[in-house]
Amino acid sequence: MINFLIKGILRDRTKSLIPICVITIGVSITVFMAGFVKGVMSDFVSTTAKLDSGHLKIMTKPYYENKDQIPNDLAILNLSMLTRTLDSSFPNLKWVPRIKFGGILDVPDKNGETILQGPGIGLGIHLFDKSKGELARLSINKSLIRGSIPNSPDEIILSESFSRKLKVNPGDLVTYFGATMEGSMVFESFKMSGTVNFGNPVLDKSTFIIDFNEAQKILDMENGTGELLGFFNNDIYDDVSSLKIEKSFNASYENSSDEFAPIMVSLRNQNDLGSTIDLINTFSSIFIFIFVLAMSMVLWNTGLIGGLRRFQEFGIRLAIGESKRHVYFSLLIESFFIGLIGSSIGTFLGVSFCYYMQENGIDISAALENSAIIFPSVLKAEVTPDLFYIGFIPGLLSMVFGSSLSGRGIFRRNTANLFKELEV
Amino acid sequence: MFKNSLLSLLLIFFSFFSNCQNSSSVKALEIIKKVDNNMFADTQIMDSKMIVYGKRKSRTIRSKGYSKGAYKNYTEYLSPEREKGTKMLKLDNRLWIYSPSTDRIIQLSGHLLRQSVMGSDLSYEDMMEEQKLSEIYYCNILGEESIQNRNCWKLELVAKKEDVSYHKRILYIDQSWFVPLKSELYAKSGELLKRTTFNEIKKIQNRWYPTKINFKDVLKSGKGTDFIVLEVLFNPPIRNDFFLKSILKK
Repeated sequence: MINFLIKGILRDRTKSLIPICVITIGVSITVFMAGFVKGVMSDFVSTTAKLDSGHLKIMTKPYYENKDQIPNDLAILNLSMLTRTLDSSFPNLKWVPRIKFGGILDVPDKNGETILQGPGIGLGIHLFDKSKGELARLSINKSLIRGSIPNSPDEIILSESFSRKLKVNPGDLVTYFGATMEGSMVFESFKMSGTVNFGNPVLDKSTFIIDFNEAQKILDMENGTGELLGFFNNDIYDDVSSLKIEKSFNASYENSSDEFAPIMVSLRNQNDLGSTIDLINTFSSIFIFIFVLAMSMVLWNTGLIGGLRRFQEFGIRLAIGESKRHVYFSLLIESFFIGLIGSSIGTFLGVSFCYYMQENGIDISAALENSAIIFPSVLKAEVTPDLFYIGFIPGLLSMVFGSSLSGRGIFRRNTANLFKELEV
Repeated sequence: MFKNSLLSLLLIFFSFFSNCQNSSSVKALEIIKKVDNNMFADTQIMDSKMIVYGKRKSRTIRSKGYSKGAYKNYTEYLSPEREKGTKMLKLDNRLWIYSPSTDRIIQLSGHLLRQSVMGSDLSYEDMMEEQKLSEIYYCNILGEESIQNRNCWKLELVAKKEDVSYHKRILYIDQSWFVPLKSELYAKSGELLKRTTFNEIKKIQNRWYPTKINFKDVLKSGKGTDFIVLEVLFNPPIRNDFFLKSILKK
């Protein structure tokens, strides 16, 4: 019987084409929207973690309270001991120190006098210690626009737009002019090895990168760091675990009399990221729920219209002796297969489009030019396992549900009036 | 008749009020000119030290400064070792800094001059401020107050032009020494930026001069920066080559 019904769906397109199209469109849009929202959110969290917050971050308490000023005079000064303690206490996390520092990059002429200069934000990261994984984490190799990554501590990378602003090319000399953690003047000349595009307007504006050990040396921060970032070994942010780790670490320093005791802050609790993530998640869930609901109603209506349109066909089938129950269940099975075909095509199209957007994305860097928050400049979708059922199940069930309601009319048909109804 | 009388009364009142205002401004200007005579000289050589109070430790930076008029200033840092040999030259609104470690001369101008000098509460502009207050500010007496148990005039100074470090200053001027004992420095927005306290007023070459000044950047935490005058010479002869760029690499 199933073969017979499938042949009927395929051969009689008047009863299957429009419902299949409606289901396909509805399911594919639902799948794509769900994948896109998830992709943007996960990119936002991942970008923020990699570039700024880590999955967890440790600073001294006074540094944390004034972190917007990048107060390196309040930095962590017992880095090696702290890292050893963390490695033994939290083996599922990798700890990497970073030093952020402000200053001026100055471009000299051949006599050593200023031609151009501009204020920038420096980032001291482990460029040469591959075990720290910073080059991969910040995608430095992939983001390289000109030149190469530094080969020696006296080399520096600039963001592409900062290098254009300063009119410097790989191989040119630039001098960093700033202050040590204690406030002494720092003058240090570097050779520019290359330029990168971080894909983030905040960092692309005026960031420069030097090796962490060199940053420690020039800023007089021996065995010190501004921030110590923790990343889960699998590189996936785990909100529940990170909150537990944060709580347990901070509890151990709760009664510390040290003014510069460390404090751990999870990604969720940095810069109101938690409330932002919750808000976006809530809105995206509401949005997807409304969309699935609307699509279900449209498909239900399609099922209803389909059932009513086939009023005459059911009459004839009843007239030639087919039982009401058989007609009703064959209608439901037919709807199930129509839903199955539409949902399968819709899911395939939705996931395919998501995959395309995962690989290419939409470039919104122009709109983020003056943005002050770390947000990915290319919005990308993400193909996740739930995309395979988020649109499929409503697509399948709503059609069956619509047909089951419209098909109830079959049981109200009176065999004695059939010939009159059919005007035979 | 009544109308005319009322008008006359109002005219008398307003002319009296504006006369009071004028006389207050004139008196304030006289006070500020006397302050300028104490605080500024045609040429000046100053040996000083700056104590920067950090959160973890304090640093003392010693320097020797030479100035000529309002727009020429040269400073050489003498200690600690890290700063030794660093030189600064200010001509008009441009500042050059020489670093012996890189043998480079870096020029600062514009908003970069508002950055902190060596982590202190002083900006480059504060360090090299030589313009007489009476020339760049309109002044007015707000009242009288006692500061450090001494009678002071409270003066409000509002900038005559745009390109000054602080748009408004409130100064507390000692009534017998004609030296400020306290000042509050404001941005154009009205935001208080710095507080300065002047102590250890001494008579040097027939003028009263504060030899210990505490600068407190209110936007920073901590107890500020002490600027201590170890020795100051007013109107000494200074060779012109102190104010040439070639002095930096000497």
